[in-house]
Order: sequence, then structure tokens, then C-alpha cells
Amino acid sequence: MDLPLIFMVLMGVSVLAYVVLDGYDLGVGMLMPAASAPEQSVMVSSIGPFWDANETWLVLGVGILLVAFPLAHGVVLGALYLPVVAMLVGLMFRGVAFELRMKAQGWHRELWNWLFWAGSFLASFSQGFMLGRYITGFEPGFGYLAFAAVVGASLCGGYVLLGATWLVLKTEGELQGKALAWSRWGLLWVALGVGLVSLATPMVSETVRAKWFDFPRTLALMALPAACLWAGFTVWRSTGSIARGGGARDWQPFAGAVAIFAIAFLGLAYSLYPYVVIDRLTIWEAAAHPSSLKVVLAGALVVLPFIAGYTAISYRVFRGKAKAGLYD
Amino acid sequence: MDDPLLLARAQFGLNIAFHILFPSLTIALAWILLGFRVAYHRTGDAGWLKTYKLWTKIFALTFAMGVVTGIVMSFQFGTNWPGFMNRVGAIAGPLLGYEVLTAFFLEATFLGVMLFGMNRVPPWAHIGATALVALGTSLSAFWILALNSWMQTPAGHVLDGRQWIAGDWLAVVFNPSFPYRFTHMMIASGLTAAFVVAGLSAWRLLGAPSDALARRTLRVGVLVAAVLSPVQAVVGDFHGLNTLEHQPAKIAAVEAIWHTEKGVPLVLFAIPNATTRTNDYAIEIPYGASLILKHDANAQLTGLDAFGKDHPPVAPVFFAFRIMVGIGVAMIAVSWFSAWATRRGAPAPRWLLWTLAGFTFSGWAATLAGWIVTEIGRQPWLVQGVLRTAEAVGEISGAELGASLTGYALTYATLFVAYMVVLTHLAGAGAEAAAAKPLPGASAAGAAAD
Repeated sequence: MDLPLIFMVLMGVSVLAYVVLDGYDLGVGMLMPAASAPEQSVMVSSIGPFWDANETWLVLGVGILLVAFPLAHGVVLGALYLPVVAMLVGLMFRGVAFELRMKAQGWHRELWNWLFWAGSFLASFSQGFMLGRYITGFEPGFGYLAFAAVVGASLCGGYVLLGATWLVLKTEGELQGKALAWSRWGLLWVALGVGLVSLATPMVSETVRAKWFDFPRTLALMALPAACLWAGFTVWRSTGSIARGGGARDWQPFAGAVAIFAIAFLGLAYSLYPYVVIDRLTIWEAAAHPSSLKVVLAGALVVLPFIAGYTAISYRVFRGKAKAGLYD
Repeated sequence: MDDPLLLARAQFGLNIAFHILFPSLTIALAWILLGFRVAYHRTGDAGWLKTYKLWTKIFALTFAMGVVTGIVMSFQFGTNWPGFMNRVGAIAGPLLGYEVLTAFFLEATFLGVMLFGMNRVPPWAHIGATALVALGTSLSAFWILALNSWMQTPAGHVLDGRQWIAGDWLAVVFNPSFPYRFTHMMIASGLTAAFVVAGLSAWRLLGAPSDALARRTLRVGVLVAAVLSPVQAVVGDFHGLNTLEHQPAKIAAVEAIWHTEKGVPLVLFAIPNATTRTNDYAIEIPYGASLILKHDANAQLTGLDAFGKDHPPVAPVFFAFRIMVGIGVAMIAVSWFSAWATRRGAPAPRWLLWTLAGFTFSGWAATLAGWIVTEIGRQPWLVQGVLRTAEAVGEISGAELGASLTGYALTYATLFVAYMVVLTHLAGAGAEAAAAKPLPGASAAGAAAD
């Protein structure tokens, strides 16, 4: 049994789950200033029952990195120390602002609304920035930092897309109309970001270039960008259809956005494998002692189905359109 | 001491001290909430529902503070103490992993149902969600205290190359100090929550003396505290004796015993002097320490001199211990007197309300003092006898640590002020207002809608 490989997959699933789940609530946070005060209440209601559990996937992802790949944890989080701090400060402010804005009045409420937006933005941008640094192996230099900043902006766009399509699913009426427009803006932004990153990554990393430009494998690999284009097209078409009162369902744009993320994530995973720190540490070199991997795997195999089960229950309890009165 | 080590410790200490405030309240408050929820279900008394709603709001805010500061911790284990993961990660990692898997998801997911699902699920499911949140917070305490206790009194580990791995997981989890530390912490959480409930209810009664709901929750808090505080004294004593057996250097620091001797006096107060290795201005009870720790006035106690340089700094441990015990004794007195004063529905006199309001956060102060005793008391070890703190520090530069320390400190200060303002506001407004749709004096549509 190849334990490090199994844990790489587990960590990948956790990170993807985190990115999609917290992505939509971070995206909703970033969209707050574009909405009116009553609309903001509905938006907050749509993510209220879920955001705590969504962020737990981050703890699980980092936890697996720490437990299964302790050497990589040290290298990665050491190199990303300051962006991690920025992300954490952002997550702290937005998490607490979420609770406080519901209890505050007058300008206090405005302040927490602003902090909710700023925290969501800071956390999203930092995560993208870290991804940019991570892909390029933490190379120093202005060009690499600029690249990371572009990835940061792209991830913000991606989260806005997730958040907007989530709102299409969870709201109705005028707000849903706005969310449809936001979805299309997010999609354009994502298209730009994914395009840039897909072009730039093979240029800045020889390892990645070698993996993608190797005929005839390249032809088979083109299925990934093709699927990504198709998912993007689905989002574009279904948002248009819903706006016109056509036949598309409210969940289709969100499903398309999730598909874009899943495909991009697969592409990224393919680029990096078998490295956990590109060109430096493979998953086997970084893996923890097999005794600890075994005991964690046993627990994960027992518990993860339960987590999936009660997460499904929670989404079922709060199915349907969100209403403003969250605490009633 | 070189800068990165000092900064890494300061930063980690700040984070963990700030973080522990919130779980120490929510662990027990979750069970108290379950009590309110079940009371409403059984009696149908709308007052219990209002009480439940007020305290779930306080719980949700406190829980959010615990979650966000806890995420910071999950990053800092690796960044600040890479040596810890490299050397004992095979033991610490799985314990942390089990905490995430069995506790974090459970509490975070069912919190949503508990807070917002009351009208969406049948009563049994809502009570069940509340119970699962409580179970989750307690499970989380179980795992993290298993890890901490293992660091204090390691057991069940074997060396494999340079790494320590678990030879016997049961021995690792149920290590010698775990049952004592876990019980001590759970009761500490109970006392913290009880005094917060009693104190904030007293705060409300100072402004609205006729609030029957606040009177009832004050009684709940006072009774819980009156039951738990003497139990805690006994448990704490057993915990101390367990520490004497396994970590004698910590006890020597707690009692400021510099030299091994017989018939050791109990130092009530002193200023421990690390240079002369004696106590200045000591007030002592002859033979007291020997009597308390060995139940024999002439028994010999091991002093700090027996450990060479491998003992903790004395002053912080010595003082923190006295603060903890002092608060504990005061808690017994206040809770017992309050229980007596409010018997058969008697209203508490105003001065007592002020006293209880003053004791609102006494649990926090005692908990922090207790953790200072146990964590600084373990130094210079990170894992007693296995790994030194200095061996575990990472390569993060002093500048990065300094910058992030400043960032965290500012963030925490802001969050803490906001938390306190909202807490006193919610409590001061009372349960009737919390259950009413618009918050009192809230502005316009937004507040009413939430």
C-alpha cells in the first residue's frame, strides 16, 4: 500500500473541498459591497449555516500536510509565512465580522460589513498569491512575485464566480438577477486568470513544461482544457437562460463553476505530481513515519463517510432559497 | 536566549493564550445550552426558549472566536516548532488529526443546525444537534488534552531512528497525567461558563432588577459553580500529587523550594530570587509543604537544586499558581454564599450582583494562570525528558516573527474589544430583547432582517 500517495489524494480532496466550499462563502463576502442592505442580509443568510464547517476543510488540509508530509509543511509554510499570516488575519476578521455584523447597529454595522468584505478579499488574494508562489517553487525576484499577484487576483475572480453562482442557486428575484450578472463578470475574470496561469506556468517552470509538452501525450492532455472550456460555456449559457426565464436550472451555473475549479485543480495536480514541493521534495521524501500514517488513515476511513453524511444532512436541512431572517 | 526562540515562544504563547479563552467557555456552555433547550422542551415555558436564544448568540460569537484563532494554531505548530513535528510528529500528528476528524467537523456542521435550524427540523433533531455540538467541543478537549498531557508525562513512545513513534497508542492517550488534566480542565470550563452565565445575568439585573429570566439564569450559574468549585479543589489536589510524582521540578517551582531538604515550609508569599536561589520576603508555614505534598511533616522534598539548570523559571510559575488557587478559593466562597443568598427565589442584594458581575471572567483568569503553571512549569522541555523547546524552534527570521507578532497582537486586541462590547450589550439587553425580532434600538431594515 502506497501510503504517501493515498495521503496526497486525501490532501488534494480536502484542499479542493475547501477551495470550492469556502470559495463560495468568501466570494459572497467579496460581493457584499455590490448589494443593498436588505440584499446583504439575504446573502449572509445563504452562507450562515455553512461557513464554519467550510473552513474546517482548511484545517483538515493543513492538518494532513502537517501530519503526513511534515517536511513539506515546514518548507511550504516557512516560505509562505507572511502571506499565511495575511490570510489568517483576513479569515479571523471575516469570521468574527460575520457574527458581529448581525449584532451591531448603525455605523458599527457598516464597519463590520466593511471588515467582512476586506477580510474575505484579503484571505482570497493571499490564498491565490500563495498558490502562485507555490507553483513556481518560491523563486525570488520581482517577476515571480508579480506572477503570484496575478494568480491572487485570478483566485479572487474565481471565488467571486463561485459566490455569485451560489447566490443564483440560493436567492430569487432582483438579487438573483444581480447574481447572474456577477457570475458572468466572474467568469470573464476566471477565463483571463486560468488562461494566464496556464500559459505562464509552463514558461516559468521547466518541470511543468516537460509534463505538458510531450507529444503525443499532449493531445490526450488537451481533454482538460477542453473540459474546462465546456464548463465555462455551461456557466455562460445557463446564466443567460435563467436571466431570460429559459429552461436552465438554478443549480447549473454553480455546478459549472465547481467543474471549472475541479478541472483546474486536476491540471495543477498533474503539473506537480509527484512533487509536494516542486523540484525539491517528492511526496515519498516528505512523508511522515508509516506508523502515524496508518493510524490516521484508519481513523479517516471510518470518520470521513460520517462527515460526508452529516454535511449532506446539513445542506438538506437548509435547502431552498435563503431568507433574510437567519436567526428566527 | 536568542531572538527567534524568544519571539517564537512569545507569538505562540500569545496565540494559545488568546485561543484558550474561547474554547474554555464554549466547552461547558454547550452543555448548559443543552440544559436550557431540554428545559424548554419539557416545560414548554417560553422563558427557557428566550434564554436559549440569548445564550446561543453568545455561544455562536464565542465559538467563532475559537474557530478563527484555532486555525492560526494549526499553522503555527509547523511554522514555529518544526523540530516538534520532526521529532514527535508521529505521535502529535495523529492526535491532532483525530481532533479535526472527530470533533471539528461535528461541532462546526451541527452548529449551523443548532443556530439556524430550529424551525426547519423537528424538536428531537434540534435537541440532537445541540447535544452533538456539545459532544464535539468535549471531544476536541479530549484529544488536545491527550496531546498536552503526553507532552507533560510522555508514555507509550519508542525511538525509531531520530523519531519518536507510538509503541502503544492506549498508553500514549491515557498517559499518567491525562485523567487528572482532562478532568481538571473540563471542570475549569464548567466554572468558567457558570461564572459567565451568573455574572452576565447579574449585569442584566443591575440594570433591570425585575427581569425574571435573568434571575433564573443567575441561579443556574451560581448553582453549577457551587457544585463544581469544591470538586475542582479536590481534583486540583490530586492533579498536584500526580505532578509531584512525574514532574517534581514543576512542583519545586510552584512551591519555590530551592534546596532539597526535610520538613519543608509552605511558602505562602515570597519573591523568588533566581540569582541568590532563595526567597525574598518569604511568609511561610513551617513544615507546611511536606505536610501537604507527602502528608508527613518531616518528609523530604526534592528542591530545584536537584535538577541543575533543567528546571523552569520559578517566579512566573510560583505567582501564577497562587493566582489560580486564590481565584479558586474565592470562587467557592462567592458561589456558596450566592447560592445561599438566592435560596427559594430570594433576590440577590445589589452588592452581591456587583460581586458576581466582577467575577464574570474569573474562570478565564484562573484558567490562564493554571496553563501558565503547567506550560512554563514544563520548561526547558517541550516534551518532558524527550525534546527541549530550544531544539524545536524553526528557521523563521526574527523580523518575520516580529512583524507577524505585531499583526496578530493588533488583530486580537481589536477582536477582543469588539467581543466584549457585544457580549455586555447582548447580556445587558436581556433574553426578552434577544428573542424579539429587531434588536433594541437597531437601525432600519438590515438589523431587523437578520
